[in-house]
Amino acid sequence: MASSGLKIAIVGGGLAGLAAAMKIAEAGHEVDMISVVPVKRSHSVCAQGGINGAVNTKGEGDSPAKHLDDTVYGGDFLANQPPVKRMTDMAPAIINLFDRMGVPFSRTNEGLMDFRRFGGTLHHRTAFAGASTGQQLLYALDEQVRKWEVGGSVTKYEGWEMLSLVLDDHQVCRGLIAMNLQTLELKSFAADAVIMATGGPGLIFGKSTNSMTCTGSAVSACYQQGAKYANGEFIQVHPTSIPGEDKLRLMSESARGEGGRVWVPRDPMDARKPKDIPEAERRYFLEEKYPAYGNLVPRDIATREIFQVCLEGNGVGGENQVYLDLTHIPAETLTRKLGAILEIYEMFVGDDPRFVPMRIFPGVHYSMGGLWVDYEQRTNIPGLFAAGECDYSIHGANRLGANSLLSCVYGGFVAAPAAIEYGKNVERGSSESNGIHAAELKRQQEINDSIIKSEGGENQYKLHEELGKVMTDNVTVVRYNDRLQATDDKIRELQERFTRISVNDSNLWATQAVPHARQLKNMFELARVITLGALNRNESRGAHYKPDFPDRDDENFMKSTIAEYSAEAPVLSYEAIDVSLVEPRKRDYSSSKKAKS
Amino acid sequence: MTTNAHVEKKRLENPPATIKFKIQRREKEGAAAHWETFEIPYRRNLNVISALMDIRKNPVTIEGKATTPPVWDMSCLEQVCGICTMVIDGRVRQSCSALVDDLLLASGGDTVSLAPMSKFPNVRDLKVDRSKMFEHLKKVEAWIELDGSYDLGPGPAISNETAQERYALSRCMTCGCCLEACPQYGDDNYIGPQAIGQARLFNMHPVGKTTIDNRLNGLLDDDGIGNCGNAQNCVQVCPMSVPLTKAIYETNRDITVNALFGWLKK
Repeated sequence: MASSGLKIAIVGGGLAGLAAAMKIAEAGHEVDMISVVPVKRSHSVCAQGGINGAVNTKGEGDSPAKHLDDTVYGGDFLANQPPVKRMTDMAPAIINLFDRMGVPFSRTNEGLMDFRRFGGTLHHRTAFAGASTGQQLLYALDEQVRKWEVGGSVTKYEGWEMLSLVLDDHQVCRGLIAMNLQTLELKSFAADAVIMATGGPGLIFGKSTNSMTCTGSAVSACYQQGAKYANGEFIQVHPTSIPGEDKLRLMSESARGEGGRVWVPRDPMDARKPKDIPEAERRYFLEEKYPAYGNLVPRDIATREIFQVCLEGNGVGGENQVYLDLTHIPAETLTRKLGAILEIYEMFVGDDPRFVPMRIFPGVHYSMGGLWVDYEQRTNIPGLFAAGECDYSIHGANRLGANSLLSCVYGGFVAAPAAIEYGKNVERGSSESNGIHAAELKRQQEINDSIIKSEGGENQYKLHEELGKVMTDNVTVVRYNDRLQATDDKIRELQERFTRISVNDSNLWATQAVPHARQLKNMFELARVITLGALNRNESRGAHYKPDFPDRDDENFMKSTIAEYSAEAPVLSYEAIDVSLVEPRKRDYSSSKKAKS
Repeated sequence: MTTNAHVEKKRLENPPATIKFKIQRREKEGAAAHWETFEIPYRRNLNVISALMDIRKNPVTIEGKATTPPVWDMSCLEQVCGICTMVIDGRVRQSCSALVDDLLLASGGDTVSLAPMSKFPNVRDLKVDRSKMFEHLKKVEAWIELDGSYDLGPGPAISNETAQERYALSRCMTCGCCLEACPQYGDDNYIGPQAIGQARLFNMHPVGKTTIDNRLNGLLDDDGIGNCGNAQNCVQVCPMSVPLTKAIYETNRDITVNALFGWLKK
């Protein structure tokens, strides 16, 4: 049982939240863990391919320095480099720790961890457990945290959604307000520090590869209470997803890592079955244009190339789809190395990818942007920390595959001691905080009451669909300023209509309509941050691409976008980044990496 | 994907213009259950979740009566988080991976029935409370005892064969299908295959083995492994193909061996 008296609240129980919880409990402190779903069902389970770390077991001369270089180069020089270095230095130890926790990593003949290649690197650097590495890593941390839960130092509040922070008169974070999703009861959680670990905001785009919990709502609440949000416009669109009516399912990069080839028939209307189309009549457009990296160019590049091919009417059947082909690899090998992800495709599409090329198209996947944090994962609000996809610090303008699991764990491992250090030194001021908790609780209850009472006839799910469509059409792969401006106008129209929604459930017990309405309201605010950040950034860098400004502009834009909330519109400013470790150079994947230009 | 030969999937020919969903409704725990039927236009490649989302947007029954939106749990929609489990046309499974075409092909009709799992408290409509399953994991101490989470180098070397066997067990997503299908499970009389599978996962690990006694003891109470009636329903319904009956067999063997050597040690 913890005895030293620190209580830290963690919002979100995915990889980052659980990593922080384990470290805090191990240091002898207490954790309140708030999560919308049982933590074992968090979105981290969806990560498929693996986790990067330069363990260098293949005699390739890999090193954390090379991992750093690949990461900042892949991120198109938009990340502050010192935290990236700290992460890549820590990576081998993180992978070894998961190995000790019993993660069933795929192994070599000698019984050591095996490593595979991923996009944006020439090294075998990615440790993997079948093709469901995220699930396996999450479970390992879930198990360790359950042990601390039994010991009494971790208390889980599963089925609770954070609504707002509790801030004192000096803008210091003293805890948070959360809502029980069954009873709609609101409760204040007093804490010495709060760590946000809530993942990404994919649902702003309607359909994405994200889980249905990834609304960005809690982070948006922090932003509206004064937390800075950085690089919001950097949204990764994954090159290979499986379109569906309810969501876009991810086809992992590991399919290409294991040799998958992307192609289209030279004649898009070619009616033959793909296997009957001879090599000479296929266009392997990534391999043709990028001979060194081939199908394993970074995600932003693969996405744009696939998007462009389809835009020109050269997709399979003239539609928005290209082939991702594994059929040249023996079925037995594919089952062993990629079984889980190939099952997903077969389950939802009906074709067996071991024998029929998959049909894929890009889908919104990841937010490089997030809450602004310093090198110790501290936000600008004292007492508020952030880790994982919900912070902006590691991936710059584009994330490399298999770096996300790593950055989640790294973020949690840094945030935990930083929060403890802060908690030990902060003045408690408990009499003052009692009053502020009650006041914030009342404010949140009033928002709930007003949503429940509202009767204007607008349908919340319809508004969400409209938001998703306009964001997907205009704020993803290719961006134009006039369309970005029109998107912001549309979001404001949706916000106005939102004031007239009729919550579509008269039974408030376990209703999903009230929480959804609150999430949607918060999604609009982040959508504006993403859209206006893109509008203001007149260059192309990583995932942010404007045909009217096709080049990277280091002089004006090698800077983090910082958005601060105001009721009219986000206030944008720019912060210089630290490129002291790797000198910026032009990104070029058509040949092996050049050391310096 | 059990064989390495190419088997082409049978597809639904001549689909109906509309599909009906017969959904079991319950206002809250303890309230009486009743059924409501909804109708939506047919689309190809629709899964049950997409249909529910469609119904939720404008919940009106087939009789034209406005009603409350059906409540159900969903998250990953890729059959890896386990949350969206329900009983679909009488069979327990995840609603995200239940494709309407396949359901109609199997039933030959135009109606799909949806009900909540029956072995867990029914919160509302299709939503249930499975917190018991996480309590089971505490009871069998489903974790590795670490010296600490600091950097102590890699774990022990493990053969790829063992790693793959453990991986198969570790894919369990705590969805509850095995417990719903198990004729022995219910009324807290039996801990069930899920927890036994997880005990086996850690008992197979070189470090996990050191605390095997604690895990086996958790399975020796009145609600323990002895209640398995060998119906083998669990492996048949497990969506992740977790080798549950094998885990039960091997854990029983561990208990026998342990009891024997435990007695000799005394």
